[in-house]
Amino acid sequence: MPSTTEVERLNLVIEIGGMPVRLHTSDAAFIAMLQERYSGYVGSSSRDSAVEFDVELIPPGTRPSDADVRVTTRQGRWKIERGDFQAEWEPARGRGWIRQVANPYSIDALLRIVHTLVLAKDGGFLLHSASAIRNGKAFLFAGVSEAGKTTISRLAPPDVTLLTDEISYVRKQGEAYVAFGTPFTGELAKLGENVSAPIDTLYLLSKGPENRIDSVSQAEATRSLLANLLFFAEDEELVQAIFHSAFEFVSRVPVARLTFVPDIRVWELIG
Amino acid sequence: MSRLYVARNPRVAARSLDGEMMIMSGRDSTLFTLNKTATILWQAADGATPLDEIVSEKICREFEVQPGEALHDAETLARELADHGILQISEQPISPTTSMAGGSR
Repeated sequence: MPSTTEVERLNLVIEIGGMPVRLHTSDAAFIAMLQERYSGYVGSSSRDSAVEFDVELIPPGTRPSDADVRVTTRQGRWKIERGDFQAEWEPARGRGWIRQVANPYSIDALLRIVHTLVLAKDGGFLLHSASAIRNGKAFLFAGVSEAGKTTISRLAPPDVTLLTDEISYVRKQGEAYVAFGTPFTGELAKLGENVSAPIDTLYLLSKGPENRIDSVSQAEATRSLLANLLFFAEDEELVQAIFHSAFEFVSRVPVARLTFVPDIRVWELIG
Repeated sequence: MSRLYVARNPRVAARSLDGEMMIMSGRDSTLFTLNKTATILWQAADGATPLDEIVSEKICREFEVQPGEALHDAETLARELADHGILQISEQPISPTTSMAGGSR
């Protein structure tokens, strides 16, 4: 029989892009919050996971600051910090910890960062772009804030499966690139479907007076892709990897400029 | 007057595509796109060739510009690129180090 001082350890598996991440905590309310936040992305608790984090919850107001995120590495251990949380992760052991208050935002940031680190080694990346599946093919719509990611997502007709309106998940599988759904939302505040498809085209979004698709040079495509990558790590080796991954992606996936008016007819050009 | 030497910082990722040189800082992953002059300077920055020689042999041959004016502009540019961690500058030749930067295509 457990003693009265023993605390029950709970865990939750969040699976994004086919990569399960297990979170351990003793706070049932926090687990429930995450189950709701990552609805559709909660994996089986029996699922093996190569990445695990112990979550230490601290009282609200303990660590609030506006400090930007910093991701540094030393002796095989990643240190991930932002004003609202501190974390460490040792990939060789697959274990790490995060210290934060009980909100979903800190975990969300940690998950994004850990996924960028794992993806970078395998030729993949997270990209500031909406993405969706139509006719079994994935389409990415990249652009900075206000470029139209949420707008084009909102205009998607019923036969389109939305993967995200904000951050796309791109994995390299063999010679092809595959887009996965993510729970990382933008203004639409709607989780993407947890499905995947080979990427057909990356569109660079811009708003204009008409709906049209224009070709872009490889240099412009690569420059735009690089400018929209999500990457935080201060690590030369990974910077090299993600830099060259962008060139590789552009050599294999068609990239075009999509100019559109806020009108559903833009989807007549896609798919 | 001392001569200035410039060398590519090996701690950046660099690649040329369609004649456009893109460089990403290994320090903070900031992306830079070099114009034609900066690209010539970057490609010639071997640490052994003095900047004035790069200007007279490469830049003045490409652009119709006076050597004195071109050298002044090139020094300003080199210092700006050094501030961003893209180039190394020194009044002595700079020893070659193993470059991590990729090739061009």
